[in-house]
Amino acid sequence: MKVNEMAGKLSLRVNTTKGDLDRDVTGCYISDLLSDVMANAQEGEVWITLQTHPNIVAVAVLKNLSGIIITNNRNPEGETLKKAEAEGIPIMLSASSTFETGGSLYRLLRC
Amino acid sequence: MTKQHCEGSFHLVGGEFTHAGAASSELKTILTGLGISAELVRRAAIATFEAEMNVIIHAAAGVIHYSVTPEKIQIVVSDMGPGIPDIGLAMTEGYSTAPDWVREMGWGAGMGLPNIKKNSDQLKVESVVGEGTTIEIMIIMKGGDAGEGE
Amino acid sequence: MTLRRIAEILDAEFLVTAGNPDTEIRSVCSSDLMSDLLHFAGKPKSLLITGLINNQVVRTAEIADIKAVVFVLNKKPDRETVSFAADKGIWLLATRLSRFTACGKLYGEGLRSCTEENGHD
Repeated sequence: MKVNEMAGKLSLRVNTTKGDLDRDVTGCYISDLLSDVMANAQEGEVWITLQTHPNIVAVAVLKNLSGIIITNNRNPEGETLKKAEAEGIPIMLSASSTFETGGSLYRLLRC
Repeated sequence: MTKQHCEGSFHLVGGEFTHAGAASSELKTILTGLGISAELVRRAAIATFEAEMNVIIHAAAGVIHYSVTPEKIQIVVSDMGPGIPDIGLAMTEGYSTAPDWVREMGWGAGMGLPNIKKNSDQLKVESVVGEGTTIEIMIIMKGGDAGEGE
Repeated sequence: MTLRRIAEILDAEFLVTAGNPDTEIRSVCSSDLMSDLLHFAGKPKSLLITGLINNQVVRTAEIADIKAVVFVLNKKPDRETVSFAADKGIWLLATRLSRFTACGKLYGEGLRSCTEENGHD
């Protein structure tokens, strides 16, 4: 499933304009701890988190993740969005909780 | 309604994460023992906990002073920390000055002051940059509070 | 859903038992950020799924009245944190599943979030 299709099906608001929405979502990693994502996330996974600070973009780039979903109606910091645009990392926003966003995505990816 | 007057204090050491939250936990036990409703106890405990963590994360030391009367629970948290240059900004959800290593411990998401405000009936924040911050939390007891349960 | 059933679904082991495992769980939070849990505290009988294993998690669970904590990816807290949870009567479980899979399975079983602000109980 492409990032774009996933965003549509989960009613996510795509916050970036230059993020690569054509990438395949190979899975999902949920964590709010950067060290944890660095250690355990896999390439192509979409990352669900509450964190909104600019470091999340650096981590997504380093791990070659397909995108970041920020939950609970939180908005990324201005600097975060800027970095994401520069790196082509899609940032999507969910009005739901992490549990429900992850749960819906699990169902969608038919894991 | 609790008829008791009760007060006390806890001293906090900055950077001391091993026992972080112990003061709030003890306060929670004390308030429960006074027969205050679970909802008010939880609000007081959450507000105090967030204030306690702010001291431990940002300050060198601090003190929590609590006072319970039949009308209200008052908790004053004072610290010798860096102070808050812009209190309005600090009250914004998501705004944080916590360093990265604090985020890796599960804190520093910028919800501390908003959480304190959410759980207080009245909140006063005073701060002097370079000297420290004092947060005054007030929770008003409703009539017939004791024993209402959840 | 009972905690026992949740443990079965997640293939989780009990690190701390705090009563009868047939105790009811009504909602689930999943977060590694303590203030987030405190922000939405108030729903009774809730379970937390997290990858953070420090003692702050237990402390926050105690303050926020969270009944049980499930650690993912087989992460286990140290002995002090385990006995701290036992003292406070908070269930601790560990599953080898990821947070995504754990959330996915419980969501699929009908459990919903404890972070919806539809009024305090």
